[in-house]
Amino acid sequence: MAPRGTKAGAPASANEPDRIKGNPIRDKDEFSALLEPFYYGKGLSDPINTASDKWNLLPAFLKVKGLVKQHIDSYNHFVDVELKKILKANKVVRSDVDPSFRFEYTDIRVGMPNRSEEDDIANHVSNVTPNECRLRDMTYAAPVTVDIVYTRGSQRIRRNGVKIARMPVMLKSNKCRLVGRSDREMAVVEECPLDPGGYFIVRGQEKVILVQEQLNKNRVIVESAKGIMQASVTSSTHERRTKTYVIQKKGLMYLRHNTLSEEVPIVIVLKALGVHSDKEILLMCAGDDSAYQDTFSVNFEVCNRERVHTQQQALEYVGHRVRITTKKTGPARMRKYHLEAIECLSNVVLPHVPVEKVNFRPKALYVASMARKVLMALHDPTLVDDRDYVGNKRLELAGQMLSLLFEDHFKRFNHEFKMSIDKVLKKQNRATEFDAYSHFTTNRNQITLGLERALSTGNWTLKRFKMDRAGVTHVLSRLSFIAALGMMTRISSQFEKTRKVSGPRALQPSQFGMLCTSDTPEGEACGLVKNLALMTHITTEEDEGPIRKIINGLGAQDIVGYSGEEIHSEGVYTVCLNGTPCAITPQPKAFLNSFRKLRRTGTVSAFTSIHINHDFHEVHIATDEGRICRPLIIVENGRSMVTSRYLEAMRRGNMDFDGFLSRGLVEYLDTNEENDCNIATYENEINKFTTHLEIEPFTILGAVAGLIPYPHHNQSPRNTYQCAMGKQAIGAIAYNQFTRIDTLLYLMVYPQKPMVKSRTIELIKYDKLPAGQNATVAVMSYSGYDIEDALIISKASCDRGFGRCQVFKKTSLPLKNYANGASDIINASAVDSGNPKHHALGSDGLAQVGARLHQADVYVTKAMPAETAPGTQIRYVDKPQSYKLPDHSYVDKVSLVENESTGATTVKFLLRQTRRPELGDKFSSRHGQKGVVGLIVAQEDMPFNDQGITPDIIMNPHGFPSRMTVGKMMELLSGKAGVVSGNLQYGTAFGGSKVVDMAQLLLEKGFSYSGKDYLTSGITGEALQFYVFFGPIYYQKLKHMVQDKMHSRSRGPRAILTRQPTEGRAREGGLRLGEMERDCLIAYGASQLLLERLMLSSDAHRVDVCGTCGQMGSMGWCTICESEKGVRSITMPYAAKLLLQELGSMNVKVVVGLEDEFAKGRR
Amino acid sequence: MRVPSQAELQERKRVQIGIETTSNAQSTDFPGHWPGENHEWNLDYIKENLNVKFHTSTPFDSEFSLIGIDTSVANAFRRILLAEIPTLAIETVFIYQNTSVMQDEVLAHRLGLIPLQASRRGLNWMKWYQKPTEEDEGSGAPSDYNCAILRLNVKCEWQEGGLQRAARGETDPDKLYVNHSIYARDLQWQAIGKQAEMFADGPIQAVNPDILIMKLRPGQEIELLMHAMKGIGQDHAKFSPVATASYRLLPTIDIMKPIIGADAKKFARCFPKGVIRLDSVTSEEASELDCKENEVKAVVANPMRDTVSRECLRHAEFKDKVKLGRVRDHFIFRIESTGQWESEDLFLESVKLLKVKCQRMRRGLDAMMN
Repeated sequence: MAPRGTKAGAPASANEPDRIKGNPIRDKDEFSALLEPFYYGKGLSDPINTASDKWNLLPAFLKVKGLVKQHIDSYNHFVDVELKKILKANKVVRSDVDPSFRFEYTDIRVGMPNRSEEDDIANHVSNVTPNECRLRDMTYAAPVTVDIVYTRGSQRIRRNGVKIARMPVMLKSNKCRLVGRSDREMAVVEECPLDPGGYFIVRGQEKVILVQEQLNKNRVIVESAKGIMQASVTSSTHERRTKTYVIQKKGLMYLRHNTLSEEVPIVIVLKALGVHSDKEILLMCAGDDSAYQDTFSVNFEVCNRERVHTQQQALEYVGHRVRITTKKTGPARMRKYHLEAIECLSNVVLPHVPVEKVNFRPKALYVASMARKVLMALHDPTLVDDRDYVGNKRLELAGQMLSLLFEDHFKRFNHEFKMSIDKVLKKQNRATEFDAYSHFTTNRNQITLGLERALSTGNWTLKRFKMDRAGVTHVLSRLSFIAALGMMTRISSQFEKTRKVSGPRALQPSQFGMLCTSDTPEGEACGLVKNLALMTHITTEEDEGPIRKIINGLGAQDIVGYSGEEIHSEGVYTVCLNGTPCAITPQPKAFLNSFRKLRRTGTVSAFTSIHINHDFHEVHIATDEGRICRPLIIVENGRSMVTSRYLEAMRRGNMDFDGFLSRGLVEYLDTNEENDCNIATYENEINKFTTHLEIEPFTILGAVAGLIPYPHHNQSPRNTYQCAMGKQAIGAIAYNQFTRIDTLLYLMVYPQKPMVKSRTIELIKYDKLPAGQNATVAVMSYSGYDIEDALIISKASCDRGFGRCQVFKKTSLPLKNYANGASDIINASAVDSGNPKHHALGSDGLAQVGARLHQADVYVTKAMPAETAPGTQIRYVDKPQSYKLPDHSYVDKVSLVENESTGATTVKFLLRQTRRPELGDKFSSRHGQKGVVGLIVAQEDMPFNDQGITPDIIMNPHGFPSRMTVGKMMELLSGKAGVVSGNLQYGTAFGGSKVVDMAQLLLEKGFSYSGKDYLTSGITGEALQFYVFFGPIYYQKLKHMVQDKMHSRSRGPRAILTRQPTEGRAREGGLRLGEMERDCLIAYGASQLLLERLMLSSDAHRVDVCGTCGQMGSMGWCTICESEKGVRSITMPYAAKLLLQELGSMNVKVVVGLEDEFAKGRR
Repeated sequence: MRVPSQAELQERKRVQIGIETTSNAQSTDFPGHWPGENHEWNLDYIKENLNVKFHTSTPFDSEFSLIGIDTSVANAFRRILLAEIPTLAIETVFIYQNTSVMQDEVLAHRLGLIPLQASRRGLNWMKWYQKPTEEDEGSGAPSDYNCAILRLNVKCEWQEGGLQRAARGETDPDKLYVNHSIYARDLQWQAIGKQAEMFADGPIQAVNPDILIMKLRPGQEIELLMHAMKGIGQDHAKFSPVATASYRLLPTIDIMKPIIGADAKKFARCFPKGVIRLDSVTSEEASELDCKENEVKAVVANPMRDTVSRECLRHAEFKDKVKLGRVRDHFIFRIESTGQWESEDLFLESVKLLKVKCQRMRRGLDAMMN
């Protein structure tokens, strides 16, 4: 397939004759170009084959979902739905003092983003753009307004549109200015149309809230810890987050909870929850299985021992064990134990199971089902749940994180508001009528600042849930387009990185299709940080109410009305909604089928999942948030529902992905449901048991791993290495890369799209923002400078622009304001045209754009006030800023921006370096094969083939056998075939151009089928004895360049305290001779060398030591002995002298013993 | 004195092409010498054997066979062609104004790579430019005999009514802006000193006027002054007079046993078109070859066109029936000029330069002896 022209006016390429001429030029959408030509160069008129063309559902999916849609969906859900729920939960503010006072919120909205100074202008449409926020160090935020109703005296006052906070806006969310803009409009606001969005701009920095992986909430997990079988539930509601256990200890079963001072026998709990009869308890927990009954019946003994027979007694028993959380003030009063027990059982233990009035039945059933699970697991240890199973995980996204944060701040805001009202209302006989509104507006910055601080520092501190998480947000890495994209799909785990556990780090089979199998970092976070696969969706929360109705409508009976015997009778399955038993059905399969049918017709939300757990006889329906799911093609009666008819409709643009969904051709399955289905990978694998068909197998990889050509032929760690390195590759980062001022920006001068691309590359549009070049590679040995993965590169290629890159560095200079009214200024009069150091400066005192800055050149003539204390005279002192780096730079941009909040001006300089490859620069192919440049060879010395082509890179063949990167060889072959036949080839995972076809193409163009060419040595002019594997491979230049690392020193600065040489390149530090090196010298016996390295070349210091008292003196005089008799001058490391003095300051006396080595009597 | 057989002589001239290796490609420590034989220097022998045959010759591209010289000499020509023939290229760019999106360094790099052409006489007259040394900063001043001045001043503006058309949704830059693309033809040479006279029959200009240097949009402006200087490819690839210059050895295909019938057709398909001819077997051959009359037989027609893909060695049916090789001293040179020199002049120039080098060597040897 030929490279697709993106310009409307571009002539149709000769290789695409089948592109329909009369095709009306659609509004140029990024995806329309993708949808036009079909798989393997098929045109609009070609017949469609469902087996190979169903992959077209993928671009259609990405068109409606997008790669970072999970972030955006979650944020949208937060601002549209969740915010209103939070408001509803905290609707009323009352006063403790005046019961007649009432303050009520009626509505909350998030507006469109604006500048903070525009907040108070009514009916003003702001034109703030994200890029302005980046450049001006602002926060891209929108005002949050509420409608309120409150009492003033006896009046009810209504106020609408009161601003209470500024909410940071996620880019491309429905509150963002960029949503729904065409590419052209994006260009107008200086945004890149390929930018995925999904991040925030806080104080000028792009911040991402990483997806957090957590164990699912409100579900029972059965596990065995240290031989104790336990079932645990983390309940999470808006008010509370607690954990409840049912454990089996020493043959007895207990309920354990933090608020209960000791474990309470399960029978007593059930009695307290209103299950009176022992038989009913036995049946609820053990059913009619005699083995279970035998194990469980011992639990009843405790009732007799503790004399607990009635509910009242049980409540008393539980009440005695409730921990008192708040000390009651006032006179000591009798605790009403049974009331405390009721309070505790209904609200604190398992709070997610609602207790309406005093109907404890659902909770009793829940506890009983937990107990039953423990019993069953005791008898069959295989029933223990796997914590690492992806179906037991929930992903927490930006919206949920923000919702937690906002609710916390909102509650605090209301609390403080209430306190301030109380203060006023407490005063009797107020002269004026009290208006709460004046108090309401006073601290409205609090929420704004709280949100902003949390986003910019990444510290999520919530007192309510005792949550104190650091590192929730990260600065979006803009090293390359892929780095940014990879960051948006990243999932971080809550596990400690330092713990040496293998379970959570291992590749889970249930990750299939949900999480990328290759993309994880190496080292400590290995397996804990994951990435989403290409075609995934993360659910948002949905209402349980309608589902409950449907469950009943489908013939399942409400569980509350049934006894334990009926629930656990043979063939009866419990229907659980989000983990809570709510109905029973005797026909689970029929129930499941009809429920799925409803979902496929759209009666139920597409993201509701249903699956049967045959072990526990349960049907699970889930509507909760944070489940990963992915679309699959439905198979009915052994035939795929997606037929060529529908694919044609999609190609014509009559049908989009949602159309497939609503017609019941495709549906979303979450991990649990996927595990309950029979999914065929390819259409020919469908049999009578098949329920679903995979859309395309390469979607098991994520966006970053999708760049690798032929990854299915590589050894798997190599793909993982490439995933890490692809993020360091220098290339183009965005269409607006030249309008940005980033702290550090690497760009390639001539990036190319890869010769061998993949479907993923097209889908994520890596071919439009590539990071690498197609280098002609010869796999052979050349000189000795190519050992250990070093590369030989051609000088002529570098001359012509191969590997040329640019480095942009920002230098920021804030002009501070001081207390005496003075501020830093730029003193243009200090420019001295005669001073060679001032050559770059313009008449305004700032370096001019285009000027070259060498070391020590002045780039701005700043002046600072000499005194800054309030009330002092303003005098200025020149503080010219000079360029520090050893290599010269050019001034690319100078920008003066005014800070939104402080009004202070900041001068930003963007300095640019253009670098050509040099010895030691790091390059890598797309197969985890990195190497540094070992030698740069002149073109005439390079080997050449019959056409006179010389390689750009020579790679040593020893890189292949142990790495087993067969994919790289296939890339070379396909790339070469692509070059000779004038098109691009595919290296898509589990597909792509076939090697036999490539070999045939090579043969037709007169090359050897093996890709090996007859080369002639450029040095001798004779043919090489061997044939050389020769062709293009896509090479990435990595950000590690010698120029940034090269460092040496003979003499230089020293640390003040120890007088030893400083550390690090930035401080022009010395190279340390460490312990191990010291060991070598000791072992070798090079004592004088040791002395020189460790003392003379470091911190030698002459000290006068008194031999009599062993203390240090000065100037030949010992103050302790008051004599100069024993004083000798010796040389010791300054650090040693410092140690002696520091010990002395701690009242530890250190005595130095002196001895005359060449004493007379010794010889 | 031993006299080698004709077959042996033939063998010496062949590089053998195996399936995985080549052999007999390396020369010995005494190229062209064999023990027990007389290979004394003989100009007549060289004259007789040396042969240059041109296949194609256009100003930009020529192909010729150089037969009868040692590999080292042929390779020396190739290396000189790539790296040592001087040409003119832009070396220094003085940027007075650049408000385009392209960075100064990138622009300068692109300008440097543009091939220039000018009158042969003028180019020969021009001398090397010497960079000022550390000790003497005033040295090496650019002058008319070592430096040509080129200018590029372009400003992009809206066409009349362009703004209105853009508002109406027109996106074609040709209909909206003036000077939106800068091409190599926009480089303006400014003759200084004797240059006007020396370059009278061919001004300094870009070889390919249609090279796109950069694009501009309204309000962007370029004002540059460039110094073009003489240099060699060794210093920077932009000075190389050739796109590439290389040689290949003449392929040989020896059919050891006759290949007949379907095999012959298959054999022909193993080579590019025209390499293998299919002849029909004559009646007298038929009995000898043990096959029917009028069956086809593979015959080597034009080995020159073979690309040596070694495909025929892969198939079992041709095992021991065919032997591939290349002639050691038959170099098929291909020179693609970038335009400053005619491609055939380039070869002569390389010969001249090698001669100069040899003379220099000889002088050095003489000086050593004396």
